[in-house]
Amino acid sequence: MSSLQATAPGGPRGGISPGKAAALTEGRDHGAAKRIVVGYGFWIFLISDIIMFAAFFATYAVLTDSTDGGPSGRDLFDLRTVAIETACLLTSSLFCGLAGIGAQARNGRMFQGAMAVTFVLGAAFLFLEVREFAGMVEHGAGPQRSAFLSAFFALIGCHGLHVTAGLLWLLTMMAQVMAKGYREDILRRILCFALFWHTLDIVWVALFSLVYLVGVAPS
Amino acid sequence: MNAADNASSPLPDIAPGDEQAAHEIGHGVRGYLIGFVLATGLTIVSFYIARSTLVWAPSIPIALSVLAMAQIGVHLVFFLHITSGSDNVNNLMALAFGLLIVMLLVFGSLWIMTHMNHNMMPMDRIMRMQR
Repeated sequence: MSSLQATAPGGPRGGISPGKAAALTEGRDHGAAKRIVVGYGFWIFLISDIIMFAAFFATYAVLTDSTDGGPSGRDLFDLRTVAIETACLLTSSLFCGLAGIGAQARNGRMFQGAMAVTFVLGAAFLFLEVREFAGMVEHGAGPQRSAFLSAFFALIGCHGLHVTAGLLWLLTMMAQVMAKGYREDILRRILCFALFWHTLDIVWVALFSLVYLVGVAPS
Repeated sequence: MNAADNASSPLPDIAPGDEQAAHEIGHGVRGYLIGFVLATGLTIVSFYIARSTLVWAPSIPIALSVLAMAQIGVHLVFFLHITSGSDNVNNLMALAFGLLIVMLLVFGSLWIMTHMNHNMMPMDRIMRMQR
């Protein structure tokens, strides 16, 4: 079996046939095939996650002007904080990529070092976001103030929750590599983590551009 | 992977996020660095445009959307290694379908809700009717 294709579910063969599965479990291509199937499955999940973000974003876009006489984005958003948050997340994405390369090369120092930097930058992002939220709530601009603020907290908070989950996952991967080494299944998890982290950065690009920057832009 | 390789043996799929023939550290790192520089540049332009008079004010949201799309493209190519190669067709198709749903969701909601807001009776008249 020289060419292994990730068979689409419901495809002509209805998934991987027993004969093909037997072929997959033998030989050196097994790891590669499994990596493709797992990566593709996780990619599908991420796309559904993006669709969920789109639903939150559509809600926000519809409700931007529904401020009920309360503060609007122009009054609340601090672009300096947003710029630092963006820099943190973008740089963490770079280091997450470097960690993936380090894992592929079985380079422990590169992997653990880059993952540690990714964690610190992600945590800094989260700290700034929580501080921003706390400041807004303190000034009476919490999620219960207006429809605009409900949608804002739901959208940005959802991204923040994803980053929190990503940070926990990151620590888990560092620990698993330390305890179990660069096994095939651990490398697949690292691949999925990297996909997750890069996708969060992509979602953040849409958020900082269309929520924060458009929110304060003169109109 | 060049065309000759392509012809002799059909390429297997590649996992999203993996890069074809990227087993040298230097090559992989360079890709991420290029992506990082491009993304940083686009981010800086976005932040600058939002606050300057460089762009005609009513078109700033459009300019920001275009810049965001460009940056998302950079992230997809350099960080997620989604390419137009034959080994990436499945990954790209899944993404394209996702984008279709995202666009329907966002623009459909905005379209419908703007019309409903437009057709709604002004609030003061609704209040008067309830008296």
